[in-house]
Amino acid sequence: MKFSNLPYKKQQLVIIAAFSLIPVALLITFAYVPVMNMIQYSFTNWNGFSKNKEYVGLENYKMIFTRPEYFKVFTVSLYYFAATFFQMGIALYFATILSFNVKFKNLFKGILFFPYLLNGVAIGFMFLIFFRPEGTLDTVMQAIGLGNIIQLWLGNPDIINISLAGTSVWRYMGFNFIIFLGAISSISGEVFEASEIDGANRWHQFIYIILPSIKRIIQLNLILAISGAISAFEIPYIMTGGSNGSETFVIQTVSIAFKYGKVGLGSAMAVVLLLIVIIVTLIQKSAFKEEE
Amino acid sequence: MHVPVENRAALYYEVFYFTAWSVFSTDTDRGRFFASFKTGKEYTSTSPMTPPENWFNFQNYTRAFVEGNMLTGFMNTTFILIVSIVGATLLGSMIAFVLHRFNFRGSKALMGAFVLATLIPGVTTQVATFQIVNSLGLFNTRWAAIILYLGTDIIAVYIFLQFLDSISKSLDESAMIDGASYFTIYWKIILPLLKPAIVTVIIVKGVNVYNDFYTPFLYMPKTDLQVISTALFKFKGPYGSQWEVISAGIIIAIIPTVIAFLALQKHIYNGFAQGSVK
Repeated sequence: MKFSNLPYKKQQLVIIAAFSLIPVALLITFAYVPVMNMIQYSFTNWNGFSKNKEYVGLENYKMIFTRPEYFKVFTVSLYYFAATFFQMGIALYFATILSFNVKFKNLFKGILFFPYLLNGVAIGFMFLIFFRPEGTLDTVMQAIGLGNIIQLWLGNPDIINISLAGTSVWRYMGFNFIIFLGAISSISGEVFEASEIDGANRWHQFIYIILPSIKRIIQLNLILAISGAISAFEIPYIMTGGSNGSETFVIQTVSIAFKYGKVGLGSAMAVVLLLIVIIVTLIQKSAFKEEE
Repeated sequence: MHVPVENRAALYYEVFYFTAWSVFSTDTDRGRFFASFKTGKEYTSTSPMTPPENWFNFQNYTRAFVEGNMLTGFMNTTFILIVSIVGATLLGSMIAFVLHRFNFRGSKALMGAFVLATLIPGVTTQVATFQIVNSLGLFNTRWAAIILYLGTDIIAVYIFLQFLDSISKSLDESAMIDGASYFTIYWKIILPLLKPAIVTVIIVKGVNVYNDFYTPFLYMPKTDLQVISTALFKFKGPYGSQWEVISAGIIIAIIPTVIAFLALQKHIYNGFAQGSVK
């Protein structure tokens, strides 16, 4: 019997089953089972390959919060967290300016957004060249007479995280920028015209029209960026591998689990990270709902 | 466009700021671009801002391409890219069709399961995901990356669900009056109408897959399975101080992105704006 001859009720059942089977199987296997396994591993001292896993209770969690070498990596997150605000600020600034009539608008839009599309490894290497001694940054600083404040940008543990977080800003700013720009351009042009008749300048327009209209989008981006700051990984891993005090939480988790074979401890760290990210996201979602 | 006089000054200001930012951005690009044509000796003895002596010194490019395994990288990346995009388009549109068009027991819960999964950041669960991929025998195969891109990145489902809102259900109904089966409706009506959403999926997925470093790095360490990201990353060891070869590698890795960006600019802006609003 042909499928198309079946009554629609039966067809519906067949389609539902056939169309959801693979996506749901993939979702369960690669999104939910890992989380459950990870929680389970986090209470053991499993090394990742031996047959027996010994149950150790909350031992792994205790270790994360009591041993300073494990939780000091959270201070590194603070650099990325601070950079997030900077990133939002620049993105908002450029988005506002480009929403007015500026020459070469498309060119600037492209220049600002393009880094977001680039390969992370390529960006990491680019900035290794940029920051290396006598590299691009040093040359430029020398040329403009700032040669005396040149540092080992990636060698000095006090500065390294600023350099790396700065690289992250360069990479991700374009994304926030394009979202903000989209939000601002959806504000009706009549509002701006009316305000101009009333004598508002651009600063007034920014404070009283743009900012209130895109407040929610800014909040959303900010919170997404906070999760991003906590799970910072690619840029520092590619550029320094976590040396010189640039190790982030995720780099540490990965090396504990895969390099040192402490899957139990690594899982506990991943569970902590997951909880932080979920809490932040839930706060965002609920804040978002209230305003709607 | 007429610009009021009082705003002229502001305009020049803006242009100045933009120029400063662009110079900062392109400075790094320029230094790298110059470096990629320099010989090793020239690189160490000249400033990053000095143009190369010989613009046709493609030696670094050949070395990056051949010794650096970038050709293998391109082939693997292309394969993974095509299979993941086709897979994400088909599976994503199928599940979105079912979730959007039918109201069945558990459909709300299923939708919730897809929404909830977006909260889980991929990097955090690798510890456990690795064991699953390994036990399925996929470790060190290209399918490891493909199946993870299909299973964990559900952005495609969202984009399709959103877009289905704008495709009227009366189209389905009139097709049913003509006797079309649900499969025909999906294949002949919905899928073709989803074309703009498919373009968005191709762009967002394409950029993610092309740039992903972590998945191939962790799951496909074998040399002949290297993708662009991991092939480039390997340059760090043996070419540690040979920045001119690394520069050439960077340029090679970036060229496809530049081409895609120039060709698809409008779609790219829209795609990322749509893909972000969950």
